[in-house]
Parts: sequence; structure tokens; C-alpha cells
Amino acid sequence: MNPELIRSLQELLPQIQGYIYPNEIEIHWGLLIVVYPYITGVVAGAFILASLVKVFNVKEVQPLYRLSLLTALAYLLVAPMALVSHLGHPERFYEILLTPQTSSAMAMFGFVYAWYLMAVLLLEIWFVHRTDMIDMAERSKGATRLLYRALSLFSRDKGERAVAFDHKALKVITIVGIPSAFLLHGYVGFIFGSIKANPWWSSVLIPIVFLFSAIVSGIALVVLLYMIITPLTGGKINMKCVDKSVDFLFYAVIVDFSLEMVDFIHRVYQSEEEIKILSEMVMSKLFSSLIIIQVLLGMLIPLLLISLTKIFKKRFSLNEDMRKMVYFISVILIQFGIFATRWNVVIGGQLFSKSFRGLTTYKMGFGGIEGLLYAIFLLALPIAILFVLLKLLPPWKELREEGEVGTEAAGAGV
Amino acid sequence: MNGRRSFLRGFFAVLLSGGAIEGVLKLFPSKAHAKEAPRTGAWYGYGVSVDKCIGCARCMDACKNENNVPKEPFFVRTWVERYIIRKNGQTTVKAIAPGDEATPETVSDKRILRSFFVPKLCNQCANPPCVQVCPVGATFQTEDGVVLVNEKTCIGCRYCIQACPYGARYLHPVSHTADKCTFCYHRISQGKLPACVEVCPTQARVFGDLNAAASPMSRFLRMNKIHTLKPGLNTEPKAYYANLDGEVR
Amino acid sequence: MGKLFEKFPDPLARLIVVVVAMIALGAFAYFVLIPKPVKDIDFQWADAVKREKARPVRYAGFQACEECHGEIQIKKVTGYHKDLSCETCHGPAKAHTEDPDKVKPTIPTARTFCPQCHAYNPSRPRGFPQINPVAHNPLKPCTSCHNPHDPKPPTTPKECSACHGEIARMKAVSHHVQLECTVCHQAPQQHKISPRSVKPTKPQTREFCGKCHGKDATDKLAKNAPKIDMGVHGEKYVCWQCHYPHSPEVEQ
Repeated sequence: MNPELIRSLQELLPQIQGYIYPNEIEIHWGLLIVVYPYITGVVAGAFILASLVKVFNVKEVQPLYRLSLLTALAYLLVAPMALVSHLGHPERFYEILLTPQTSSAMAMFGFVYAWYLMAVLLLEIWFVHRTDMIDMAERSKGATRLLYRALSLFSRDKGERAVAFDHKALKVITIVGIPSAFLLHGYVGFIFGSIKANPWWSSVLIPIVFLFSAIVSGIALVVLLYMIITPLTGGKINMKCVDKSVDFLFYAVIVDFSLEMVDFIHRVYQSEEEIKILSEMVMSKLFSSLIIIQVLLGMLIPLLLISLTKIFKKRFSLNEDMRKMVYFISVILIQFGIFATRWNVVIGGQLFSKSFRGLTTYKMGFGGIEGLLYAIFLLALPIAILFVLLKLLPPWKELREEGEVGTEAAGAGV
Repeated sequence: MNGRRSFLRGFFAVLLSGGAIEGVLKLFPSKAHAKEAPRTGAWYGYGVSVDKCIGCARCMDACKNENNVPKEPFFVRTWVERYIIRKNGQTTVKAIAPGDEATPETVSDKRILRSFFVPKLCNQCANPPCVQVCPVGATFQTEDGVVLVNEKTCIGCRYCIQACPYGARYLHPVSHTADKCTFCYHRISQGKLPACVEVCPTQARVFGDLNAAASPMSRFLRMNKIHTLKPGLNTEPKAYYANLDGEVR
Repeated sequence: MGKLFEKFPDPLARLIVVVVAMIALGAFAYFVLIPKPVKDIDFQWADAVKREKARPVRYAGFQACEECHGEIQIKKVTGYHKDLSCETCHGPAKAHTEDPDKVKPTIPTARTFCPQCHAYNPSRPRGFPQINPVAHNPLKPCTSCHNPHDPKPPTTPKECSACHGEIARMKAVSHHVQLECTVCHQAPQQHKISPRSVKPTKPQTREFCGKCHGKDATDKLAKNAPKIDMGVHGEKYVCWQCHYPHSPEVEQ
């Protein structure tokens, strides 16, 4: 028996309000499961941003193309870590691949993940960088040379036929990729949305809300990274590109906000059995994370800030620094807001008893697998991976380019 | 022409009858689907007479003794709730604990409208949401309708705990796998009663084969008005309650 | 290999090689390397059922005790505790059946034990025998007066409240506090010895209540009783369909 667990649960006892089933005292999905949908959301969102360039032909966003792909990959590599380390038996994770139950939304994780990683993201990145890797291999020596040779699968063909095929393949992959990105995150929403026992989760809208919040978080994160990385590497921020991305971000936030309002109004209007306990939860345990951080700081204030730049277009278009500042603040606020969204879904769904008679409390640990430190580590890890990826497959050339002049690849591929 | 029309009519009839949906679902077969009561062989069920329960918690004690449930108070395979419904409509619920000092409440509270105990346990649903969501097939339904957990393959993802509408599951703090009531599967397969039924002093708990013609269980179902918990979720519980109050969730 | 590279563009050919290699590797791992028990769900379920069935039994069950303790069984079978399993009080006894000399089941003697069932609790079903463990013969173990295998009141109870505590306590705070039980119920002496076979009487008619609560009641008990016109007050019903006589809910 684990005396620490007993002690930590004992501490929770006086914090319980009303009646909860005895087994409900332990919150089963903690901080790690908050981190998980946040990370997959970034993956899906960053990929959607990348496909804006390839599929929807938004030339202005071209500088962000490679960066968003690499960001998606960096986060995707970390996503299963959060899941696996929260398991009671992490060493048994292979069971999910050997005896998957098709009736379980979670069992499909391995397959959706593998599909997305292998068939979409890695392929796209490989095709984008193939000729670059060949060049890089030619320019370098020794181990680095071997590395690039291996990464390009020992390809040396820069001939017309091969390059033309690269472009064709990219087009196909992106088109397959968009529904796949939707699937990846819509599916994460479905894991929660399909739990009929839990009225906070059980909603057809949840996968769609997840999707749009994913797009919001992904675009915001890539813009944020771009605005940080470019000055650090001595480049100049391409405002046309940022303007356009923020435009898309703005619309995505509006859709996301409307969807969440629809869900909210629907619940309040239908006012079913559980409405009393849910409203009690929102007004007490979730007040700061839902009302303040998610809605106010994460949505309304960024919406307001970005609309200001649109309303006072003239003044803002003259003052680029001002605009940059507004965008920068907005995308940071949005990141916090989306993280709070995940928190409210995951933790909120477990704070109320399924007897609808009481509320329990989530006490976040500091150390340990379920603790704050490890979660911060998981959130920082993609940045470290991204750092390595940027060193390996530098997108600088593209990042520095003026958006309108499409790169060779985009020009020929479209 | 006629042939095609009748074909179309038949086609749409099938679509409308839901056959199409079923067909699509059959494309993704799952072994862990809901089972129906077999024609022959046992199909176990459980009965609770709410009116008979005296809240002595012998069942909770017996369950912990029999099944290696952690002794510390939090986790239980079965528990008893005490409901006090006051005249102003306010309802207080508390899970009683074995060894609770039997506090005498001599002054009968005049504000009490009605009050009673309700034993709870895994409902052993015929359509179990926990089995549906288990990603690795560690939670499954036996031929006789009991939902079990394979602790050798459970990965401890706790999806089943989230999916259970009744709070019947917990994560065993020693094995780190999901755990729940098994109807004392080791006992019933020897013809014994589950431990909680064995020790219940007032026969508030009844157990038996639902397919048997004459048994305490079938008598219980014949002689009482029966309700189940949260029937709206279509879990088809096999824990049946007699004289269940509407306040019980 | 060469042909493949001629037929397809270079990148595609390389990917085909990689994908085929991965599929082959995966298939090899799945079909050859991984043993059957790890991937066969039916096998795992059968195994789990087998393990579940093999768990040790701790409670032997009521039939097991009879074999040796027949004399107690005979005593118990006619008493109020006839439906109780021995292990309800004596605890799990499977170990005792296997080695009767070495392992002895517990014999609960503490005064806290019996009140787990018999302490007064308003949530307990009406009619279930309950006592106030603080006031009920304090400091004496329950077994000094009651035989747990055939529990009975040790002496013929004098007061109705000895058994009907809940009603007595309810009545004690009601408007009927002054009324003796015998005003409304006639209890034959035999009721105190075999309470289930000989039952006390209960009032049958509206007129019985009317003796005190009727408009022109003359009974000496009726002095302060609220009066109603029996002709117009709920004429269709008997009184206790609306009022609970042990705690009449008249608002003053």
C-alpha cells in the first residue's frame, strides 16, 4: 500500500463538497492528460497552417511553411510520451498495438498516430527537404554527410523527373493530410465526447470544439515561434506573413468561441439533470480557469486586441512595432487560453461526482510523474526537439523570404 | 424498370430500418460487444431490496476481506449510501463506512421526510460502457454476463473508470490496474454466494442466475417492482433494485 | 531493384523500398517473434477467467458451518436470527473449516458490535429492533442478557418503547405525547412473548379518532384536542390516510 497516496487523498477529504461516490475521490486523469490534448492540438493546428500554403495557396504564409511542419513534428513526437507516462503500467503500452479493441476510441490512438506520423508528417517533411538534404550532404563531411545521406534515404537524384514527383507527392500528401489532422485531433475530442457517463464531456460538439481550438493554438504557436526565432537569428519579421496568419487566427478564434458559446447555451437551455452541479462547478472550482483565463484572457481580450488593429487599420498599418506588440501579446494569451481550455475539459470533467451531488478537488503535485515539473518538462521538450530539427533542416532561407515571391518549390508545386 | 424500382425501394427500406448503420458497424467488428442473455447456462444478476437494508456495512467489510480490496477507506467494490430527504426537499447523501461509530440519533429529526440506505456495487451491465472503451480488451464480459478485469493486461489508462456511470471502478493502488466487483466470481463458480450476499443479515442483497426458473433471484424479480440505476444511459444493468427512491442516482 | 528505380521516380522508388521493408519487419515481428498469448485476446480472457476462479475463498458459506455446529443451527433456525449467516458475526471462516483447531473465528463480544445493526438510526427500516446504545444498560455486554443465536428480550418488556423505540421517540415529541399506547392499541399479554403471532389491535374507524377530535367530543382526553366537523372533514378517508397518529402533523 502506498502511504503517500493515502495521505494525499486524506488531505482531499475535507475539500469535498456534497456527496461523491467513494471511488471518485481520486482524480484519474491529471495534468499529463491536460498536456496531451494541448500538444496534439498544436500538431493539428500547425499542420493546418502549413496546408494553407500548399492547398489553399495562401502565398503570404509561405515563410511559415517549413517552420510549422517542423513544429508539428516536434510536438507530435512528444504527444505519446504524455499518454504513456500517465499509464498505471507504462511498460505494457504495446498491448494497445497487439490486442486493440476496435470498440475503444483510445485503442485507435496507435493507428491514428502512426498514420499521421508516418503517412503524413514524415512523408511531407521528407519530400519538402529531399533536395536540400542532398545538397547538404554534398556540402558536409564525415558523420554529418552520412547522416544527411541516410535521412535522404541515399537519394541523389535531383533530376527533373524526381523533383516533379516531389511536388506532386506533396500536393497529394497535404490533401490527405488535412483530413488526417482533423482526424487526429477530432479523435482526441471523441475520446472525451463519447463518454456518455460524463455529461461535461458527452457532447457531439466536443470533437469540433477540440478541432477549432487546435487550429487556434497551432497557428498562434507557430506565429509566436516565428516572432521569437526570427529576431534571434538576425532576420526581419515579415509583417505581411504575420498579418495574414493572424487573420486566419482571428477567424479561427471567432469560430472556436462561437462553437463554445453554442455548446454553453445549449446546455443551459436544455437544463438537464446535471445542470445544477455543473453550474456550481463552473462558478466555484473552474471560475478562474474557465471564465477568467479561457474565455476572458484566452479569447475575448485577444479578439478585442486583434479587432483593434483591424478597426484602426490606418494607425496600426503605419506603426508596425505597435502591431507586432499587439500580435505578440495576443498569441501568448491565446496559448494560455487554450491550455486552460484543455484543463477545463479534462480536469473539469472529473471534478463533479457522477451522482451529480458533489464536487471534489484536484490537487496538483509538484514532483513525480503526475507533477508540475514533469508537465513543464513535457511542454519544453518539443521546443528542444524543434531546436534540433531547425539545426538539421534549417528553414532560414524560407523564413527570410518575402512572402509574395513563392519559393521554387511552391511555385512549381502549385 | 420495375426491377430497378423495387430494388431501390428495398435498398431504401434497408437504409431506413437501420440495417445500413448496423452494416457499417459490422465493418469494424469488436469482440467486446454487448452480450445478450444466453438461452442455456448461467446469466448472473443481483437484487437489492432497498427497504431491507439496515446500513450495517457488513457487506463492505466482507467484500474487503474476500477480495483484497485496500483496507484504507477510500476504495470499495461495494458501498452503502445513506439518504436523508428533508421536508424542504434538501437531500443529503453520505457513504457509510464499516466501523463507523454507531452514533445514536435518538432525537428523530422532525425535518426528515424520509430516510433509507441504498447498497451500491458494480451493475454488471449487459451493455457495459467500460468494456466498450477498454483499449486493450483487459475488461471483458464472461459468458455468464460478469464483467471482469484481466489484471495481467490492464495498462492502467483508467478510461474504464471514466466511462463507468456508477463510480464502481477504481485503480488498485498496489497492482495499478483497474479493479471492481466481480460478483465474487471465484465464489459463484463454486456455487457459493458472493461474500456480500452471504453476510447480509437482512437479505437486502440477493444473488442468482437470472435464467433459473426458481431461485431467490427470480423470486425477487417476480415479487417486486424493479428499477435500475440510470436506465437512460442504456447500460442495461443487471443489478436490480426493489423500492428504489427517485432521489437515488 | 534496378528495374524498380527505372520504372518509378527516384524518391518513390526509395520510399517503396522503405515501406516494404517496414511492413515485412512488422509482419515478421507480429507473426514470428511475438508469442501467441500476448496477441490472442481469447486466450487472455480464458486465462483471466481461470485466474479469477482460482482466487482463494475466505468466507466458507453458511452450509459449511452446519456440518460441525449443528446444535447452534437448530437453536438459530427458529429465532429472529435464522436468516443470518454465521460469518456475518464471526467473520471469514474458510481457514477455520480447513484447520478447525488452529484457526478460530472471532467471537465478537464488544458492546460496539451489536449496535452496528441495532443502534437506533432513523434511516433504518421501520420495525427493525433498535436500541439507544448509550442509554440501554450501559457497560453490560449485549450477550449477558441476549443470546445472539436466539435473540429475545431477556425479560418480558414492561414498556412498549422497549421494542417500538422509534415510535415511542417520535410520539414523545409529538402532540400525542400525553397519550398512552393503550389508549389506541390493546396489546394482549401474549404479544410481549411472541410478538409476531399475536398482534395488538389498531383503531379501525374514523369514529375512533372522532372520540377526541370530533366537533362535539366528550371524552375527558378531548379537552385540548383540535376539533373538526367529522361530517365535512375528509369524509371519504380514514384519518390515518392523511395524519400519522404517532406524530400528527397539525400546524398550530
